[in-house]
This record gives sequence, C-alpha cells and structure tokens, in this order.
Amino acid sequence: MKTRRVLSAVLAAAMIAGLAAGCGGDAGSGSSGNGGDQSAKGKVYYLNFKPEADEYWQELAKAYTEETGVEVTVLTAASGEYEKTLKSEMAKTDAPTLFQVNGPVGLASWKDYCYDLSGSEIAGQLTDDSFALMDGDKMAGIAYVIENYGIIYNKALLEKAGYTADDITDFDSFKKVVEDITARKDELGFCAFTSAGMDGSSDWRFKTHLANLPIYYEYKDEGINTTDAIKGTYLDNYRQIWDLYINNATCQPTEISTKTADDATADFVTEEAVFYQNGTWEYNNIADVGDENLGILPIYIGVDGEENQGVCTGTENYWCVNAKASEDDIQATLDFINWCVTSETGVNAMCKEMGFVIPFPSNLESENTLVNEANKYMEEGKTPVTWVFSTMPSEEWKNGVGSALTAYAADQTDANWEKVVSAFVDGWATEAAASK
Amino acid sequence: MEKAMRRYMPIFVLPTFFAFILGFIIPFVMGIGLSFCEFTTVTDARFVGLSNYVEAFKDTIFRHSFWYTALFAVASLIVINVLAFALALALTQKLRGTNIFRTIFFMPNLIGGIVLGYIWQLIFNGILSRYSTALGLNEWYGFWGLIILVSWQQIGYMMIIYIAGLQAIPGDVMEAAQIDGASRIQKLFRVTIPMMMPSITICMFLSITNGFKLFDQNLSLTAGEPAKMSEMMALNIFNTFYGRTGWEGVGQAKAVIFFVIVVAIGLIQLRATRSKEVQQ
Repeated sequence: MKTRRVLSAVLAAAMIAGLAAGCGGDAGSGSSGNGGDQSAKGKVYYLNFKPEADEYWQELAKAYTEETGVEVTVLTAASGEYEKTLKSEMAKTDAPTLFQVNGPVGLASWKDYCYDLSGSEIAGQLTDDSFALMDGDKMAGIAYVIENYGIIYNKALLEKAGYTADDITDFDSFKKVVEDITARKDELGFCAFTSAGMDGSSDWRFKTHLANLPIYYEYKDEGINTTDAIKGTYLDNYRQIWDLYINNATCQPTEISTKTADDATADFVTEEAVFYQNGTWEYNNIADVGDENLGILPIYIGVDGEENQGVCTGTENYWCVNAKASEDDIQATLDFINWCVTSETGVNAMCKEMGFVIPFPSNLESENTLVNEANKYMEEGKTPVTWVFSTMPSEEWKNGVGSALTAYAADQTDANWEKVVSAFVDGWATEAAASK
Repeated sequence: MEKAMRRYMPIFVLPTFFAFILGFIIPFVMGIGLSFCEFTTVTDARFVGLSNYVEAFKDTIFRHSFWYTALFAVASLIVINVLAFALALALTQKLRGTNIFRTIFFMPNLIGGIVLGYIWQLIFNGILSRYSTALGLNEWYGFWGLIILVSWQQIGYMMIIYIAGLQAIPGDVMEAAQIDGASRIQKLFRVTIPMMMPSITICMFLSITNGFKLFDQNLSLTAGEPAKMSEMMALNIFNTFYGRTGWEGVGQAKAVIFFVIVVAIGLIQLRATRSKEVQQ
C-alpha cells in the first residue's frame, strides 16, 4: 500500500511538472526578460522582421544591455510569418514594445498600436521626412533601412557570354541578351535566369516585387500614390518580363511551383545562371560569387523612357513603438532605437554587420557590394523606382496573383494570362473593398 | 480500491483538467465571443454583431472548401478503414513476423503532419515532373495526394484498434459458426463484423473527424494551390484570419461554423454506427 501511495504521488508530480514545463516554455518566449536586471527602468522587446539579420540583432541587444543595463529581448519571426507572429505576440501581457509594419496597408491593422513618434529623438535624426510613415498628423513609423532590388547578375558569366551590363539599356536589349544565352546554354554551361520559384519562400519576388513595376508606372501616369481600383495599363509589360523569366531559367516553367528561394540562390551561387531577381538584402547569401562579380541591373519591362530607370529603391521596414506598452517601456524603446542609429556600436552593427543603408546621418559607407552597385544608378542620375507594393490591398491579393502566375507558367496561353489580369485588376478592386 | 480511487482522484484528474480548461475551454469560449467582434489582437476586440457570419456565408471559396473537405473526409474514411481492417485481418492470422509488420505499419503515425506533407510533396512532384506537371497545378492531384498521405499515416493506427477488436472476439462464437458450417465470407460478415462494431465506430469517428480537421498535411502538401482550389476548411479559416486586414473576426466566425458542422457530423456518425453494435 505504501509503495502504491508513493507511486501515485510520483506520477502526479510528473504530470504537474510536465504541465508546468509546457506552460513555462510557452511564456518564456514572451517574457524571458523578467528575471534580469530589475534596477533599470523599462525594457525593450523587439519583434524582428528580418531572419537574415537575427544573429546581429541578438548581439546588438546583448551589447546594449551590457552598456546600459536595460533588458532587450529580440525575437525573430520566421520568413513570411511576421504578421501571424505579431498578432499572437501583441495579445500577450508582455507584448513587443518595438515592432514593424511594411507600409500604409500594414499600418492600417496596427495604427491603434503605434505610438506617435513625432518629436522623438530618432525622428529628429531622419535625413528626410519621406522616410517617416505618417497616419494623418501622427508619425506612426520610422524607416530604419533603405533597400534596393533589381536583377542581380554575375559579371564574369555575362562576360563569358560576350556581353557587359552596358549592352543592357532597356527591355529589348535585355531580351536579346537573355535569349541569346538561352540559345547557347549548352555551349556556355549556364542559363540566363535562376529558377523563378513560386514556392512560398520565393514567390514574393514575383507576386510582390516584380508586380511593383506595372503598378509604379500606372501610378506615375495617373499621378497617384495609391488606389482602390487598378487599371492594369502595364500588364502586357508584366507578361513580357514574366515570360522572359520563366522560359529562360534553369528549370522548366512547369516546375516553378516547387522551386524555393534556396534553389534560386543555389543556381546563382553555383554559377548555373547569370541573372537573379532579388535585392540588396540577399548579399550575404550570394557573396560566395565574389564581390568583383556582383552587379545589379534595373528591371526593364519595356516602358518608354526606361533607359533612365534605376533600380527599385525603398523600404518596407518601419519601426513602430507599441503605444499600449507602459510609459517606462516606451521610453526604454525610444532610447534603444535612438542608440541603434546614433551610437558607434549600433551604427556599426546595422551598417557593417547587417549591411543596411540607414536613413540617418550616421550611415556608414556600405560593405555590401550590391548596395554600392545600386547607388551607382542614383549617381548617374537615373530615377529610382519607388516601392509602391506596400499599397497592394492585402495578402489575399498577392496570393491570387501568385497562383495565377504559376498556372500561367505551366500553360502559357492567352486565356491563362487573362486569369492573371483578372486576379490583378478585379482582385484588386475586391480586396480593396473587402479590407476594412 | 474504490475508496482509494476516490481519494486520489483529484491528484490524477486535476492537472489534466486544469490543462483542458486552459488549453481548450477558455480559448473555445473566447473564440465564440470573438466571432462576434472585430479585432486585431485577441485581447482587444470590438463587438460588431453578426456581420462576420454574413461575410463568412458569402464567401464562395469557403463553400468550395466545405464540399472539397466533405468529399475528402468520405474518401479517406473509406480508404483508411477498408485497408486498415484488411491489414488487421491479415496480421491476426498465424503468420511469421506479424509483430514486425504491425510495428512497421504503425510507424508512419509517429511522424508529424507537416514533415509528412513536405516529404510526400517531394515524392509526388518528383514523379509528376516526369510528365511536366506539378502537384500545385491541379486540385485533384492535391486531393489524391492527400488521400495517399493520410492513408499512409493513419492506416497503421486504425489497424491497431481493429487488431485489438479482433482479438477480443471470443473463440467459442467463431467455433460455433465453424460447426454450423459457415463459409469464410459468412463468418466475416455475420460474426466478425457485427462483433467488431465498437472498434468500427471508434475508427470511423476518428477518421471522419480527422478528415474534416486536416490542416498541417494540407498546408505543407499543397498550401491550397492552385488558387485555393485544394484549400480545406481548416486551412481556409487560417488563411481568412491572416489574409486580410480586418478579417480576423470572419475567420473566427468560420471556425465556429466549422465546429458546429464537425460536431453534427460526428454525432450523426456515432449514432448511426452505435445502433449497429451488438451485445457480446
């Protein structure tokens, strides 16, 4: 009888322990700062958007804690999972004090949570007011990184094919180069494009970033910054460039639904392809090709006057401070972000380690070759393409366009392209109406 | 013994009960409440009445996902149970190595759904690429892909339940049938299956509710491609919740509708098969 009693006590204890461990683990991600230094007022909890910069943020947080004694927790959401993570984290008692939105559409969901940053120290540091995200008179967010994207290319391979970047000045000349490479791919031993993967890890390159161009030109024609009803004036151009991508790549157009971002990166790094549509953030992943071999081209889609078009430059990374956090935490967060962009350690981490171009006077010259290559277009006086994709009405819209692009790639008929047009134009109207 | 049970009951029941309240009852009640609200985070909501339900019923993709899911649940129910029963019959015969076979058939059940989805996606796409197509290009590829996947995963589990049921059939009943001159088929349909009804009830209940609730396999195998045509109800709810600004409440309303449907179907199925159970 006694052994049985002991046994039951042990079993019950084990169950309770398991339960406690389960709950403890869950809460830990949100509030691991609790046990730390209690003397410092306020603490910072940053929900980071960029997985590629995670380890540098962790180090920077540690450095800040050592310097000031203020607890900084950095949690990074998995690629493509930011909104989901943010939604669940924000519902917790220890919600992030620092988070980010991607632009006007992202701001719409979170505006009630955005602390008014106007008058704050960091706001005074901005080199240009256009880098602040405004909600009426309220400064809801502050951009902390300026990025570029375009068509990254391998200079050595392009030369081997008998061309240089100077041969590419518009869509027609680009098309000629690409198709010539495809025609001689067996002889050259490489293809023109990396796989245009439509897997979730890679499809944003096309359904979001590439789709930026037709939207940008339409906005430019109409003289607007956002709209509830897109016309799709430049969708034929979108089709041209998409055709070029999928029919001159390392894989068959029918296979793109299975190709991932890693596949495309691998194609580029192993020198199986010359061109890779991506942005300056990709630098660390493709640096193996060698700095001297990396260049970036504007994405030409065949619009009049595009010889003067530069790469796509902008940001979808705005820092927002959680207005529903406590006063102390808000102050601690403001101090932290200001420190990041003014102190030597902070600036060094952001500019050197993370390779960011920051819109603050402290910005250092970048060691990111792609950034420097992209800046050349600016110096030449080319007009950068602004990032208007943050005005896309919803994730649903992007997914609709993405699915239609995949289906079209597998069977490139006019009827299937009509579905892309419909997802683009009609989908835009529906989604703009549906998003409250 | 009974007294000891009663005395120690709280120790055993309370931890689980506490977990059940924390992990199920509270979220469930909150979820029903939230389905009438507009919200961004679950702790900060504004009451809007029935408008979320109106939106949910207007959604044509949601209706499509219902039929697609129902068809899937029925097809997987049949495939899984027929095969699991057949395997159970085979592995209760006097064969060498039945234990090894039982273990092997059970093993896929130990792998998580997301992992299974990705593994099978590689396999299917590897085969389909020979015919220059892919899983994400046709909703019926996704459908049969899912059927194969969940069958592979769940047959072993159902088989174990059936084996337990088969072993519980008293030998004298079978012997009596033998002496009465029943054929093998007659023994199967007149003796074995009626005696097995409790196992059949539980297996059918599990496989039909699993079919409706299927989420991770769907997410990782097809992610709803092409254009949401292979999106099942659970995934549709998830995508509604996160897909658009301001639609969290609609996703929640769909979840409540989904709950009602699954409970109704589960109860009908239980009643239907229970009525066929015989007293041993």
